[in-house]
Amino acid sequence: MILAAAAIAILVTMLLAIVRALLGPSIFDRMLAVNMFGTKTVMLISLIAALAGRADYLDIALVYAMINFIAMIAVMKYFEYGTLGHDGETTEE
Amino acid sequence: MILEQLIDIFLLVFLAIISIAVLRIRDLFTAVMLFGIYSLTSASLFMVLDAADVGFTEAAVGAGISTILMLATISMTGREEKPLKKKGAMLPLAIVVITGATLVYGIMDLPPFGEPDNPVHTHVAPRYIEQSPQEIDVPNFVTAVLASYRGYDTLGEVVVIFTAGVGVMLLIGRRRKRKEGISNE
Repeated sequence: MILAAAAIAILVTMLLAIVRALLGPSIFDRMLAVNMFGTKTVMLISLIAALAGRADYLDIALVYAMINFIAMIAVMKYFEYGTLGHDGETTEE
Repeated sequence: MILEQLIDIFLLVFLAIISIAVLRIRDLFTAVMLFGIYSLTSASLFMVLDAADVGFTEAAVGAGISTILMLATISMTGREEKPLKKKGAMLPLAIVVITGATLVYGIMDLPPFGEPDNPVHTHVAPRYIEQSPQEIDVPNFVTAVLASYRGYDTLGEVVVIFTAGVGVMLLIGRRRKRKEGISNE
């Protein structure tokens, strides 16, 4: 029962994140929405781990969190410098 | 069981919403962000289907690497998609509908999902489980199947990945060398 409530809460939050990614007037709304969606995916996978009784899924949830983080870093770097090949030292240009 | 079906329904609806949105949106950065969400959703679906390795690959490649590659492409080209000339939309639609109908027809005589007497459980799986410790001497069945019973298949996959890696390195390496040549002149 508590799992069902958690699942519905997470799915509704995912839906709200999608709505924000679709509507989001600024770029940062969309970036935040994707980041949030990734976090919710991690939570959903943890929930599936609890549902299926498989603790090894938790490791996968952790790796998802890391992938999400790296992708977000890349997106933000692209927005800060306009390119992905920037070394981050010459910000004055 | 009902809860898993609920999760399935939600995730499939998400996929439909995102696909239609990606088709209709002109801002390519938004499309890339939505593709990231799409990959995460399908990765969750794979996890619900108990295919952890496929879901993991989907998240790493779809949400991670693809997003970065798409962003790199956008940073070299532009953010706005050119408006499409509307002509001949009927033929692609017909092809898609016919292909979809064929696929649905194709899955109609598949055995039901998860039945214990499906061919996948009765054909070779018992032999792998009973014989592979003696034949291959690897304690993990999956490893025995991948590395020995399907050794040629795995070798082919390795060749494909190696070729793709060589191709990417050729493309990126050549580009960097040319840039350095320009800056030296």
